[in-house]
Amino acid sequence: MTTTKSKVVYSPVFTDGAEFRIPTFKLLKQDGKLYKSAKAPDLDKDKALRIYRAMVTTRILDERMLAAQRQGRLSFYMQCTGEEAAVIGSAAALDDGDMIMAQYREQGALAYRGFTIDEFMNQLFGNEMDYGKGRQMPVHYGSSKLNYMTISSPLATQIPQAAGYAYGQKLRGEGLCTITYFGEGAASEGDFHAALNMAAVHRVPVIFLCRNNGYAISTPAAEQFAADGVAPRAYGYKMDVIRVDGNDILAMYQATQEARKLAVEHNRPVLIEAMSYRLAAHSSSDDPSGYRSKDEEAVWREKDPILRMRLWLESKKWWSEDDEKQLQENMRREVLETMKRAQKRPPPPLETLVSDVYDEVPPALAEQFDKLKAHIRRYPDEYPKSAEHAKGGA
Amino acid sequence: MTKMNMLQAINNALDTAMAEDERVLCFGEDVGVFGGVFRATSNLQQKYGKARCFNTPLVEQGIIGFANGLAAQGSVPVAEIQFADYIFPAFDQIVNESAKFRYRSGNLFNVGGLTIRAPYGGGIAGGLYHSQSPEAYFAHTPGLKIVVPRNPHQAKGLLLGAIHDSNPTLFFEPKRLYRASVGEVPDEDYRLPLGEAEVLKEGTDVTLLGWGAQMEVIEKAVEAAEKDGISCEVIDLRTILPWDVETVANSVFKTGRLVVTHEAPLTGGFAGEIAATIQERCFLYLESPIARVTGMDTPFPLVLEKEHLPNHLKVYEAIRASVEF
Ligand SMILES: Cc1ncc(C[n+]2csc(CCOP(=O)(O)OP(=O)(O)O)c2C)c(N)n1
Repeated sequence: MTTTKSKVVYSPVFTDGAEFRIPTFKLLKQDGKLYKSAKAPDLDKDKALRIYRAMVTTRILDERMLAAQRQGRLSFYMQCTGEEAAVIGSAAALDDGDMIMAQYREQGALAYRGFTIDEFMNQLFGNEMDYGKGRQMPVHYGSSKLNYMTISSPLATQIPQAAGYAYGQKLRGEGLCTITYFGEGAASEGDFHAALNMAAVHRVPVIFLCRNNGYAISTPAAEQFAADGVAPRAYGYKMDVIRVDGNDILAMYQATQEARKLAVEHNRPVLIEAMSYRLAAHSSSDDPSGYRSKDEEAVWREKDPILRMRLWLESKKWWSEDDEKQLQENMRREVLETMKRAQKRPPPPLETLVSDVYDEVPPALAEQFDKLKAHIRRYPDEYPKSAEHAKGGA
Repeated sequence: MTKMNMLQAINNALDTAMAEDERVLCFGEDVGVFGGVFRATSNLQQKYGKARCFNTPLVEQGIIGFANGLAAQGSVPVAEIQFADYIFPAFDQIVNESAKFRYRSGNLFNVGGLTIRAPYGGGIAGGLYHSQSPEAYFAHTPGLKIVVPRNPHQAKGLLLGAIHDSNPTLFFEPKRLYRASVGEVPDEDYRLPLGEAEVLKEGTDVTLLGWGAQMEVIEKAVEAAEKDGISCEVIDLRTILPWDVETVANSVFKTGRLVVTHEAPLTGGFAGEIAATIQERCFLYLESPIARVTGMDTPFPLVLEKEHLPNHLKVYEAIRASVEF
């Protein structure tokens, strides 16, 4: 028996999917005014300002940390410049108890949830206060307190995990959902397709949020897929989908709010495709001048999502020139001070080499560790970071 | 002869192969205009066109599955996996498909033209997802060849050897050496044989065996050991699968001692296979236990990378211990 009920035809009819033209949802114009027939979502002043502060914080953090990388103070960094509204607008529409499973460019969601500058810095410098114990490269943040799953570098692996996590939330009747972020490049991975299918079949309360920023390192979206973006794929899995102007904070907020309702109240997984642009380089190791033009970037610089939100806030008299100046100054100072503090903190203890591999250190590994300590004690000058730690014990 | 770093040598090898044979194609993530994130494929698209050198969508299983199909059809694909850590999404295509194409079809079909290139190894502050050495996983799979070069000259010759070999071959490039290792490279086409180790230095007291970036580590350790009056024989294995038992065993018959080193974890690492085989072959000649100097049985760390890596000091200690046993 087949579950497909389709119309029968008596001559070959091919369809190419071009009929699935997906509209883009927008509310806010670049001058901070709403489109004519648009209506702003229900967003009070406090929340709007919390969103805005997170956007500015993220932007300043990105600027300062890229500069720090250029000065050789930091090994690596990744910015989210240009995509702040897509990430923070969606994160703000969630319940704080909802799980976030991000790709790596979503520091804005963490900032919105209240990750402190100190916490960011400790991870970036991999010091003894880093929750990840100095094991991962910079920007691989995680916080159990803030329901933000620690980042894993292999792309798209978090997407099916998000479906599984959300299924668990459904079974427990928590009234919560999971959101997972990924780029349009990562959406090519098998894991993405597996995740959508699993979620649709099992009616999982999960929001798949694709940040379509036009590039996967140097590969433009046109070489990533032949279709009209990522959104039409949802049809194949019978999933709800919406495409949103990713630089429009109000549209992102409202679309995610509605998506969350579908997910939590109706157990319908949802795909959101946020259309934006990666204004910065892919990472501090990348040079975009090799694969795209300054003119192309300039077009998108005009669509700055932070400025767009600021103009809207000012039109509502919720924000002023003075407020802006103060926030900028305070943030810049805080970032610099915390960076200095984080840099001075010692590295994680030597034991972190062998802890957390299993719940307990297995005997063979313990033996390897003892040998290592003895070795370091014989050459303390060669291992300045850990010589002190190697003194203790066997 | 031209002075090149390892990336230039690899680029030159690809250029040489593509110029000679229209069936050679190279593709992978960011491989096209950009020339790959490490620039190993620079200018190839400009030179040979988009049909033969191109960006793929971001899907490793797709890249290798596609390459398997191409190779089965008679093309000579050289697929790039951006980092060896990201070869695992393609594990099924490599282990179940590439490796078994010929065997399962009774040689009706094969993917012998396939070469998979991937930067691998640590020492670049890459943490657990940009530092792995996955050669042992693949070494457990009959049907594959696994090659690792140690410098630019070897990189060009072995890569051309791999491209022209009639078996699916994994070519792991020690990325720590990409720009660090510079040397004279012949301009013409030359192919180094797969499956043959190279004796880099003769000696009488102990045999040192490694591959890739570990050869530099061995060299430094040997320098120190020779100052102590220990005579070392140094062998670069070059091909992990199938490996050159003969050359290693002959060396151990002479020296009576063997130290093997690799970056991957100890347990299940390829040094274990070597130790077992040499112990079988050379039991009566051994003067001390075969020593393994490897990474620890942990994922690769970031901040404590130096502690984790099997560096020259650890290799030097192993040489001393082996001789003083
Ligand atoms: C499985 C896997 N393959 C390759 C990589 C290397 N890599 C890291 S980021 C990236 C591009 C991702 O692009 P996209 O998903 O569009 O996100 P964006 O960087 O644009 O935010 C690649 C290829 C990886 N991390 N994981």
